[in-house]
Amino acid sequence: MTIVQFVLLGAALFSIGLYGVLTRKNAILVLASVEVMLAAVNVNLVAFDVYLGDTSSAGQVMALFIIALAAAEVGIGIAIVLMIFRNRRTADVDDLDVMRY
Amino acid sequence: MFASLTPMLAGFALFAEEGEHEVHAGDGGWLAEWAWMIVVVPLVITFLIVFFGKRSPWKGWGMATFGMAFVAVYGAVLAWVNLDEGILYEGAIEIGRIGSFTLEWGWVVDGLSIMMYFLVGVVGFLVFVYANGYMKGDVRYTWFFASFSLFAGGMLVLVSAPNLIQLIVGWELVGVSSYLLIAHYWEDFDNVDAGNKAFMVNKVADTGLFIGAIIMALSAGSFKFSEIFETMVGGNSTLAQFGFWAGLALFIGAMGKSAQFPFHVWLPDAMAGPTPVSALMHAATMVTAGIYLVARLFPFYQLPEYGGDVSMIITIIGAITLFFMGLLALVQNDIKKLLAYSTVSQLGYMMAAMGVGAYTAGLFHLFTHAFFKSLLFLAAGSVIHAVHSNNMSDMGGLRKYVPATFWTFMIGTAALVGLFPFAGFWSKDEIIASAYYNASEDPTAAAWFMVVLSIAGAFITAFYMARAVSLTFFGKYQGHGEPHESPKIMTVPLIALAAFAAGTGLLNAPGLTHVFTDWVTVRAFPIMEHHFEAPSWGLIAIVTPVVLIALAIGFYLYRPKQTQAERDEFSIPVLYPLLEQKYYIDDFYMDGIVRPTMGPIADGTLWIDENVVDAVPNLVAGGAKHTADAVNTFDQRGVDGVFNMLSAATGATGGFLRKAFTGRVQQYAAISFAGVVILALLFMIF
Amino acid sequence: MTVTFADWITELANWVFLLIAIPTVVAAFFVVTAKNVVRAVLSLVITLAGTAALFLMLGAEFVGWTVVLVYIGAVVILFLMGIMITQSPLTSSTELSQPMSMRTPAILLSVVLFGVIAWAVIVSFGAEGIPLPDEATRTASIGEAMFTNWVIPFEVVSFVLLAALIGGITLARRDPVEEGEA
Repeated sequence: MTIVQFVLLGAALFSIGLYGVLTRKNAILVLASVEVMLAAVNVNLVAFDVYLGDTSSAGQVMALFIIALAAAEVGIGIAIVLMIFRNRRTADVDDLDVMRY
Repeated sequence: MFASLTPMLAGFALFAEEGEHEVHAGDGGWLAEWAWMIVVVPLVITFLIVFFGKRSPWKGWGMATFGMAFVAVYGAVLAWVNLDEGILYEGAIEIGRIGSFTLEWGWVVDGLSIMMYFLVGVVGFLVFVYANGYMKGDVRYTWFFASFSLFAGGMLVLVSAPNLIQLIVGWELVGVSSYLLIAHYWEDFDNVDAGNKAFMVNKVADTGLFIGAIIMALSAGSFKFSEIFETMVGGNSTLAQFGFWAGLALFIGAMGKSAQFPFHVWLPDAMAGPTPVSALMHAATMVTAGIYLVARLFPFYQLPEYGGDVSMIITIIGAITLFFMGLLALVQNDIKKLLAYSTVSQLGYMMAAMGVGAYTAGLFHLFTHAFFKSLLFLAAGSVIHAVHSNNMSDMGGLRKYVPATFWTFMIGTAALVGLFPFAGFWSKDEIIASAYYNASEDPTAAAWFMVVLSIAGAFITAFYMARAVSLTFFGKYQGHGEPHESPKIMTVPLIALAAFAAGTGLLNAPGLTHVFTDWVTVRAFPIMEHHFEAPSWGLIAIVTPVVLIALAIGFYLYRPKQTQAERDEFSIPVLYPLLEQKYYIDDFYMDGIVRPTMGPIADGTLWIDENVVDAVPNLVAGGAKHTADAVNTFDQRGVDGVFNMLSAATGATGGFLRKAFTGRVQQYAAISFAGVVILALLFMIF
Repeated sequence: MTVTFADWITELANWVFLLIAIPTVVAAFFVVTAKNVVRAVLSLVITLAGTAALFLMLGAEFVGWTVVLVYIGAVVILFLMGIMITQSPLTSSTELSQPMSMRTPAILLSVVLFGVIAWAVIVSFGAEGIPLPDEATRTASIGEAMFTNWVIPFEVVSFVLLAALIGGITLARRDPVEEGEA
């Protein structure tokens, strides 16, 4: 097992997640794409942790933190989408362009 | 006729006796030291009258007359002491320096100056008294006496001057007060014109005075008379070289003040002033300033190597003046103008006397003339006061109405024409005798010219005075109303002056008394002239009949019964208009000099001033204005433009750039990530 | 130690890796391109499951099971709830992705990003190998690390979670006034 394969996997997931963030119109799906990106990061971290043989398992601990924070962030994100949906009856990000010139 | 003249001419040679008059003199003591008061008192009184005159009880007349009385008394005392022991004194205060020239204020106390002090004081005093009555009720009474006092002070400054600078100061003071007084009745513009004419003609002549003073001072090294004469004694080649020009220029200045031909034109017009002014200034004192100047510089004019050549010119001018101006008196209708021309003629006598070297004769005539001419003027003033007109055609038969005036006028006339034993007899005949002596010693055409004209002048004088007397006092009164005699305050001075006119001749009867000669020749530098030890009977024998014949013809021609129409038959066709138009001299001056100056020359000068002289300032101002405009434009458009452009550019850029803010988050994210990628790439590559 | 391609092919672990990685990527691809919202979210499940499996393979047991519990167990449910509440179209819809004009730059960007990272990694690490650990990472050591080295981040994260909790409730609750309208 090479480290490169894991990092490449992480890169692939990250790129795909990025594509999803930039492309998806539904706010929920944007959040889902963000999740994909975070998953990629986790893969990267854990892979490096194992590769480096860290006795304090810093990578894994960080991955745990990321998971926790990602969950919190999704929660808040959904709540915001809910609020928006209540006010505007839409979950389309293109309609959220009030802060324009 | 001429054959019998020759033995007489031979006889004349008898009395020729040349000689210098010895001068012995003291220094005058405290009288001379304090003599500056003579000059200062009238000037101080002028200021007092200007500021306090209106409030004083006599409205300024009292102060003015007091000043003149002071001068008269002081002058008389000085004259007495001078006669007794002689005074030669010169006081001075240094007031400054210009280069190597010292400026001094001084007072000369010698024979010549004392005579002038006495004259100004006595005649001035009498005229001032007269003026109280004459000027009564005048609108500018106080100012009149202020100006008159100023004049007296100025004249005294002039005659007490030890140097040319102070003389010029006095000269100008006198000119100014003359202008003020001639134009006293300035509500009538003609009077103002007369004042201007007097001032202008004098100014033109004064250029000669200034130039002469400068040449004299630069050649002799000083403005002071005593120092000039000293260098002459020592021998001064520069002065000898330029002496002719200095003397000539100074004489031109003298010509202006003393109304010699051709600068005489202002004097008849000056009669526009009040009669006391005519009497004092234009008969006795101011007009004699020119004679005084020549007399003061007499040693200079007499010595051939210095100013001697100018003497001939002086003689000729004097002779021309005395005869031709006398002729003009014949055709005057205005009594004051007649007396004015008479004055000009007599001034010609005095100037010519100076020219032929008759110092004492000339000054003696000045002295006597002052008294009888001012008498004649004041009497004429009295007549005018009675008749309210200047013209003799409005007069006639006044002998009954104004007796005091009549008798005093007669005495003055007798003195003027030279009847024995009145003053003019002695003084005028002395001039003629001196002229003859000069011609016989130094026979030049000019000298004989002078002799002939002076005798002819005596004829003319008698003739016009006879006419004047006849027209004024005899015959029937041509005016309306009842003329009245003048008040005592006017007639008393007339009587006093008549006494002087009668008596002063005796001061210098040749062969008998030489009081005046002794008096006036007390000079620091001795005067070289001929003194007559006996009266020249031959001359008397010629002149007196001439005068009597003239009087007879005059009285006959203008006898009372004759009408003007009959007299007109006697008028000589060409001569009469010529005389009436005053030889067209005034017209020549007006059209030849005044009009061109007022017109083209003035316009030309204005053009030069506006276009040439002002060109540079105008250019500078124009340039400054253009520069200011350019700077303004630069500031408005340039500097502000830059800022405007900057703000516009910022606005445009902002307007352009804000389109990037679509509000779409994904777009922002895309751009951010693109930036990250690019950065990563850069890191990678470098 | 450098691994050659022959070594890599013959190792069983790599085949297992491929077996797990490929579905993960494909599922992630579906997440971002599925036309059906529910299918997208469920693809997300597969993606996350794949990552969890990879963690297990690497010996990071605790992290792997935490992913399963938290991510798949809670987050995905949240997503589904969100879908439900925002009344997203539950059937296929073309309205879920941006038009091509937007997608092209995104594709480009993604590819470039992948390329850059890949290049960076390959240049840096080459064919270095990871020796699989003999035994899985002990949870106790993770716990130790967390409460000694990482205790402060741990506390901070707990604060964040608290904030998220309160924030979420505050954001999502209905106002009493609105109750009548809704």
